[in-house]
Amino acid sequence: MIITLRIWRQQNRSDAGAMVTYRIEDVAPEMSFLEMLDVLNEQLTLSGDDPVAFDSDCREGICGMCSLVIDGIAHGPEALTAVCQLHMRHFDDGAVIDVEPWRADPFPIVKDLIVDRSALDRIIQAGGYITAPTGTAPDAHATLVPKDAADRAFDAAVCIGCGACIAACPNGSAMLFTGAKATHLGSLPQGQPERNSRALAMINQHDAEGFGGCTEIGECTAVCPVGIPLNMISQLNSDVLSALAPGRTRRPQTG
Amino acid sequence: MAISSAVQGVSTAKRQRFLRSTVVLHAAAAVTGLVMVLYLLAHMYGNYKVFSGQVAFDGYSHYLRTMGEPLLPRTGALWIIRVVLLASVLIHMYAVIALWRRMRKATAGKGGRRYQSRKNPRGVQRTYSSFTMRWGGIIIFLFVIYHILHLTVNAIAPGGASESPYERVVNGFSIWWVVATYVIAMLALGFHLRHGFWSALASLGANTSPARRRLFNQTATVLAVVITVGFLIPPVAILFRGVGS
Repeated sequence: MIITLRIWRQQNRSDAGAMVTYRIEDVAPEMSFLEMLDVLNEQLTLSGDDPVAFDSDCREGICGMCSLVIDGIAHGPEALTAVCQLHMRHFDDGAVIDVEPWRADPFPIVKDLIVDRSALDRIIQAGGYITAPTGTAPDAHATLVPKDAADRAFDAAVCIGCGACIAACPNGSAMLFTGAKATHLGSLPQGQPERNSRALAMINQHDAEGFGGCTEIGECTAVCPVGIPLNMISQLNSDVLSALAPGRTRRPQTG
Repeated sequence: MAISSAVQGVSTAKRQRFLRSTVVLHAAAAVTGLVMVLYLLAHMYGNYKVFSGQVAFDGYSHYLRTMGEPLLPRTGALWIIRVVLLASVLIHMYAVIALWRRMRKATAGKGGRRYQSRKNPRGVQRTYSSFTMRWGGIIIFLFVIYHILHLTVNAIAPGGASESPYERVVNGFSIWWVVATYVIAMLALGFHLRHGFWSALASLGANTSPARRRLFNQTATVLAVVITVGFLIPPVAILFRGVGS
């Protein structure tokens, strides 16, 4: 396959950046998108050019490091697929493909296609935990978890924190990510004591990072590589609003 | 005492921050939007009195001013409705403008157009109504001013002024371009409600499953069609069927 790539190149945070066109002649259909970029980087290295910087780690769709907007769609055209699992057989021979980094004000560009996603870590730090005594592991049946609650928590816990929801959101909102994290712990018995304060702390951090609000358009869930459903945003909305009811919670004193 | 008042100060500041959070702003926009939807349904019902003739229509208009008497003074109930509606409009606009500013800040002012690639300008699945919400709101706002000047305070009277509300309506809607402006405004309203009604329910936490999401979207479409068509039948009937002439 012959593929033409238009890739966003930006030396550092203060550089203006621009789309640069590259041509790759020997792309195999069974390559993943990232393997094709590896081939491009070998070409660039051999010719003495600066290779394209992009994030990747596990390359099996579970770590959430890969973060490319392909032809204007976060993680590319295939549904329920991270870029590392996107294969070149889904593109036509001779295709021209646009590759850009996640774009949102709280995601500053580090270099080329790599963005700094620490804002998501800070949302987790604000409320993504439970308070429990440590020590020996508790008996497996010490806290009974209803099957529905376990399923719901697991559906939320599959979020890999890649940030595609933010990249796709016309409002630059991180509500799908935050909703998944709040739903994950908020669905389990162990997460109930801090459910109200967690919802408030997380939405507070979400807004403080500079993310936008959710207008329920649904682009986030459409590009999510693990299919986090839109109703987890509604669960976060519900948790925040009920936590604000008078006498419902002691507001967190830090964060 | 000093410590407790310091803690009090912190929690007051925090409370204000939560009350300005994106979730609370959206809840405010949702509740006020739903209040306005309830008003629209009542308004739409009242419009159909035009088919019962001048006495019925003007009598209904008179009733709106005397309802609630003698508990309330004349036009008391009407003014309560007006104040609630005005407060709803102002809160709705405050919330969505604040959220619009956050969107601008989060996306370098470009929203969904922040990528160089122009291959999928409408994303993966977003509806036409979802990305025309803000323009739709502006059109509806301008229309409401025009509509109040036209039929409530009677400051502009295309087709001729009259003391009778019935004659004002018939005179106005006998002119094609008056009907045309109302058609444009009602289409904008329909698109705004198509996304707005669903979005309001979801913002208030009612979207609890994919089945609910589907149901609310279908309900929003039905509501938008009912309100758009329901408001357009009387003016179109006056223009083309000569109702009242």
